[in-house]
Amino acid sequence: MKLRTWFLLPAWLSLVLLFAVPFAIVLAYSFLTRGVYGGIELPWTAESYRRLFDPLYLAILWRSFAMALAATALCLLLAFPAALFISRAARHKNLYLQLVMLPFWTSFLVRTYAWIFLLRDTGLFNTALQALGITHGPLPLLYNDGAVLLGLVYGYLPFMVLPIYATLERLDPALVEAAADLGAHPMTTVWRIVVPLSRPGIVAGSVLVFIPCLGAYLTPDLLGGGRTVMVGNLVQNQFTTARDWPFGAAVSIALMALVALVLVVFLRRQSEPLA
Amino acid sequence: MAELRSSASAHAAQVLRYYFYYSMAPILELRKLVKHFPGQQAVREISLVIPRGSFFSLLGPSGCGKTTTLRLIAGFEQPTSGDVLLNGEIVNQRQPYERNVSTVFQNYALFPHLTARANVEFGLKRHRATDIGRRVREVLELVGLTGKETRRPAQLSGGERQRVALARSLVLQPDVLLLDEPLAALDPKLRKQMRVELKALQRRAGVTFLLVTHDQEEALSMSDHLAVMNEGRIEQVGSPEDVYLRPRSRFVAGFLGAVNWIAGAGIRPEAVRLLPVGQAGYPLGPPANLFRSEIASGDATPDRRAPGVVTGSVFLGDCVQVLVRLHSGEDTVAQLPRRAALFQPGDAVQFTWSAADEMTFP
Repeated sequence: MKLRTWFLLPAWLSLVLLFAVPFAIVLAYSFLTRGVYGGIELPWTAESYRRLFDPLYLAILWRSFAMALAATALCLLLAFPAALFISRAARHKNLYLQLVMLPFWTSFLVRTYAWIFLLRDTGLFNTALQALGITHGPLPLLYNDGAVLLGLVYGYLPFMVLPIYATLERLDPALVEAAADLGAHPMTTVWRIVVPLSRPGIVAGSVLVFIPCLGAYLTPDLLGGGRTVMVGNLVQNQFTTARDWPFGAAVSIALMALVALVLVVFLRRQSEPLA
Repeated sequence: MAELRSSASAHAAQVLRYYFYYSMAPILELRKLVKHFPGQQAVREISLVIPRGSFFSLLGPSGCGKTTTLRLIAGFEQPTSGDVLLNGEIVNQRQPYERNVSTVFQNYALFPHLTARANVEFGLKRHRATDIGRRVREVLELVGLTGKETRRPAQLSGGERQRVALARSLVLQPDVLLLDEPLAALDPKLRKQMRVELKALQRRAGVTFLLVTHDQEEALSMSDHLAVMNEGRIEQVGSPEDVYLRPRSRFVAGFLGAVNWIAGAGIRPEAVRLLPVGQAGYPLGPPANLFRSEIASGDATPDRRAPGVVTGSVFLGDCVQVLVRLHSGEDTVAQLPRRAALFQPGDAVQFTWSAADEMTFP
């Protein structure tokens, strides 16, 4: 075999063993019948896919989509100014970047738990608000959509900041000066020049935030308290409590299809001629 | 009635002020302009008056402060001290977008995501201009870009990109157009052609151009006036002829062209004649290689001479540079017409020039 083939072999092997084979298994399960005590049985059927169109499940899919979209939009709103600030900072650029990546030093699970301690009725926020006399009695900060959204935005914000920063860093500062020189107010310059030219970073960041948010399982489970069911929780639920593996597999496949669809739309937009 | 009179006199005062500003005040003036960066004095007190409608160049080596000066005028930098005056008004505190000057950047800084037309429209839209369509069409015609309106910068050649940059600035009818090494990004052939075009464009548009360059040929060929800068200061201001023929310092003389330094006096290579010295095969007396430069100043008689030996020659196409080591030790250059190539290394020559062509400095 050629050297090139040897070098590619690990990548191919891991792709086949860790992606293609599991995918085939999930796909096969989704077309089988549920076993009485979990597991799967013959015959082959498309029953699970038919059930997907039950309004209950469609609502969950839609809800996940909306949550992921909202989280992505919020991340973008927070990340763009931050990335712009870091890229234009005269000094301490590396320090700021380190700060953005600081959360990665501890486990995502631990950080999400930390939010519970901050948001719960006897948590830091509620205690502080009451101690300051701003509220009388705890606010319902935890176990709702808001808490889940907060957790998603918090968890995936760095994935938005970094790609946007990377494109802004490469932006020729002369373009910003040229816009000012031609009479553009700084805000106009950002909107008309900086934002359009950082589109590759915005698209990359949005994909990196949207996709994991769509399939998020941990955050809605912990911060939503089981009340905020997203599609990730639905899958988990079907494989465990509900013991309906074929339906869980079908939901997984539907999620993947949704992600693939979003990717195609995003990436097609990005491949439009720019420069 | 009194009201009417006072409003009339106010109007008269306004008209007078208008005429004062627009006829008397220079379009751009720098007063004792200083700019310090941490650890570097980029501009060390520059005073300069740029006449209305002129083509003015700031010429100097890299790091002499010429680009900083341009950026101070555009408003990208704030002066440490001193003033920038546009039409007689101090504009130090104004943001770049509040100054009626426009910059053509070295690499043009065209917006890559916009078409040529959208690039040109950008400034007009920011100024809420009304007849955008007509003005864009006119300026594109002025710079010769009609038909390329829908192209993006990446689809344009270097020369076309420069025209877009020029059009983008000129369409705003700036008081002064600032050009930062605008020809540096072009290939040599196009650069020479664009010199002529840029000069013609300045005449047609009637806008004051302030060009920054390190290329003395560029500055000499295009400018009405030029200022030679060195180490943050202006060494000399004048017409190209003035500065080239009557440099006020050794630096200016050396920067504007090659100079032979012989006993403290500077002689340009093209002011030199080489006379072969008594060797068989060479005609003695006034030879065919006599060459008078354009700097013939009155008496052309070569009344100064120094003996030397030819050490080599460089063929430059339209002329030949003959390298001569004088007996006194200096290495010198004589620029001769091509037919003078008959000098061979080792030939003994007389290096002669006219005292009138000597440049001397205190």
